[in-house]
Amino acid sequence: MDRLRLATVWFAGCSGCHMSFLDMDEWLVELARFADVVYSPFVDHKQYPENVDVCLVEGAIANTDNLELLCRVRARTRTLVAFGDCAITGNVSAMRNPLGSANHVLRRAYLDPGNLRPALPAEPGVVPRLLDRVLPVHQVVLVEHFLPGCPPSAPQIRQFLENLFAGHGQSGECAKVRFG
Amino acid sequence: MAAKTLTIDGQLVSAEEGQTVLDAARDAGIHIPTLCHLNGIQDIGACRLCLVEITGSPKLLPACVTKVQEGMEVQTSSDRLRRYRRMILELLLAERNHVCSVCVSNGHCELQTLAAEHGIDHVRFEYLSPRLEVDLSHRLFGMDHNRCILCTRCVRACWHVEGAGTKNVAGRGIQSRIISDLNQPWGQSETCTACGKCVAACPTGALFNRGATVAEMQRDRTRLEYIVTAREKSQWIV
Repeated sequence: MDRLRLATVWFAGCSGCHMSFLDMDEWLVELARFADVVYSPFVDHKQYPENVDVCLVEGAIANTDNLELLCRVRARTRTLVAFGDCAITGNVSAMRNPLGSANHVLRRAYLDPGNLRPALPAEPGVVPRLLDRVLPVHQVVLVEHFLPGCPPSAPQIRQFLENLFAGHGQSGECAKVRFG
Repeated sequence: MAAKTLTIDGQLVSAEEGQTVLDAARDAGIHIPTLCHLNGIQDIGACRLCLVEITGSPKLLPACVTKVQEGMEVQTSSDRLRRYRRMILELLLAERNHVCSVCVSNGHCELQTLAAEHGIDHVRFEYLSPRLEVDLSHRLFGMDHNRCILCTRCVRACWHVEGAGTKNVAGRGIQSRIISDLNQPWGQSETCTACGKCVAACPTGALFNRGATVAEMQRDRTRLEYIVTAREKSQWIV
């Protein structure tokens, strides 16, 4: 069998889901027997490659960089997994949505608190522009599978991946998986 | 009292006259999901989660306010019902800001548990993300409108169990809000007895004890039923 090409990406989230991934401990060695991690915050690849089999997407889509990379990820990946609550519901990342547009949010964060030199961050080409609304991944592109949790626990991730690799698709243990 | 015999999910069930389909099903060990129902307070059939199919009726009926009848044939979990229940739960999750991970009721929330039971791993509807208030004016309790699903359990506990009549619903449709007295800060209410029955009744993290942080709100659901049974039947059943 060909080795599985696995990727993970980190958008607007706290990286807790990736930490939980690392919590799988020795099973990561097992995983390395049949999968190559071709793109991830854990490895040093700069460009999202072609022909990725499975990609775990952590975090919501909050800025133009997220949006651009997500579109590339979708185009180059067979199976996309919304990984954790931020990717699925927006979660904490989307708590800014009730405040209004990106402009309202930036004003609330940088001008309203009355710092010494109040200014909005603007560095075109360096600091990506915020989207007006933080979006769950499935509202932007097609998502094949969802793994909720904040974060999903290491055993849940492991079981999900084992089922996925075995071709069962969804974990099938929905009762044990919940938001939060 | 006369006994009625009916079938629920193909199972023959004997129930007392005047019992609801929900009670009859629960007595027979058949689970029907509910949100606005709470033992001890009056049922109003608001949340529509307990809708069941009854042979001969073109409409779906809420099990919590439908009385048993002789020969009734009830279906509690057809594909259609499961589909509708899923949709109801997803709409509830999309309507306000239910951020489970930072909610006082994380892990003890009836909405969260029901969503998991119904296999909801994402919400197909767009989140409305309304801007809502948190009322922390009361010395003991808080009200977070972001988490409220308008089940009105708090209103019914306040009116029918405590008899204070502090809590009420204002507005219509998506503008509906739970209010205190004449829509004033809870802490300024002159009728609130600070009994906490509304907090005990709340299925989500909308009502909470002040000072409770993430996942700390655990409620004793049997407390209200105990009070009502004690008052109406003079039975102190723990």
